[in-house]
Amino acid sequence: MKIPVVKQILTGNDQIAAENEQTFRENGVFALNLMAAPGAGKTTFILATIDHLPADVRPAVIEGDLASTIDADTISQRGVPVIQINTGGGCHLDAPMVRNSLPHFALSDIDLLFIENVGNLVCPSNFKLGTALSVVVSSTAEGHDKPYKYPGIFATADVVILTKADILEVFEFDREYFERGLKAVNQHAPLFVVSGRTGAGIDAWVAWLLDRRRGYTAAI
Amino acid sequence: MHELPVTQGILTVALETAEQYGGYRITAINLVIGDMTSIVDDSVQFYFDALSQGTAAEGAKLHFRREAAAAKCLECGHEYPVTPPLNPFCPQCDSAFLQISGGKEFFIESIEVDDENTGG
Repeated sequence: MKIPVVKQILTGNDQIAAENEQTFRENGVFALNLMAAPGAGKTTFILATIDHLPADVRPAVIEGDLASTIDADTISQRGVPVIQINTGGGCHLDAPMVRNSLPHFALSDIDLLFIENVGNLVCPSNFKLGTALSVVVSSTAEGHDKPYKYPGIFATADVVILTKADILEVFEFDREYFERGLKAVNQHAPLFVVSGRTGAGIDAWVAWLLDRRRGYTAAI
Repeated sequence: MHELPVTQGILTVALETAEQYGGYRITAINLVIGDMTSIVDDSVQFYFDALSQGTAAEGAKLHFRREAAAAKCLECGHEYPVTPPLNPFCPQCDSAFLQISGGKEFFIESIEVDDENTGG
């Protein structure tokens, strides 16, 4: 006998992601899921973004890594609330991991929650966390072919950040080629070209981010 | 290795479905997986064989129906199936302006059960 199946494969994860989304909404937390390859500059980018936030926007960070608290220590030194999730070899964060970390925060004191996913351009895109925004970060050092090689993750992005713009020439990064590849798989995500090190381009990104957050909080 | 939790999800949904329909033993699971989802058939089968041991789905065959993504050339209008890594140029007119869609399917279409014998 053949039985049709209607239930989604990742129903378990997606249900908890929906609960996380509800928790964020209730507390007015605008959460971002940052996905990128290892070494793309996610942590530096998060810190540069935090440095450019107005004083009344209170950030916090969840750091996802296979092991270590290196990134969480860096964030913590800036006085920003941070929780480190070690996946112990797991290649992505999932909704239950995020849920379990939330009681460690005073959520009502957080406006922007950066969730730095495990460095990986494949697995994180399949697992919803309950965030309001999916951010894919790609660096000039990785090369301009990434949207062609990893179309899945670029297709899921709400916004794409190209980091390490200050060393674009060193890597002979063809920005037009990168942008064409991105446009082919994702016609909606805007692209911000930034340097976390020099701060170039961060203002425009932060202005866009705050605008999205205003839209989110107005709808609550 | 994201196939491990994915396979766990497949097994859970399949077992729940079989349970709802009388608890029969599952003989096959028919999956539809898009080429843009980065899910590897062999890896899913490998985890499935391990995870399903001792369940009503032990020994079930996994059938994969792959769905390609579709590319459309924005210059000549040529439409064709693609799989990653994407060729950055239209094979017909060499244009670099393409639009990719689809290939994101990821679900169990159906399961097949042995309704001659109840599982357990």
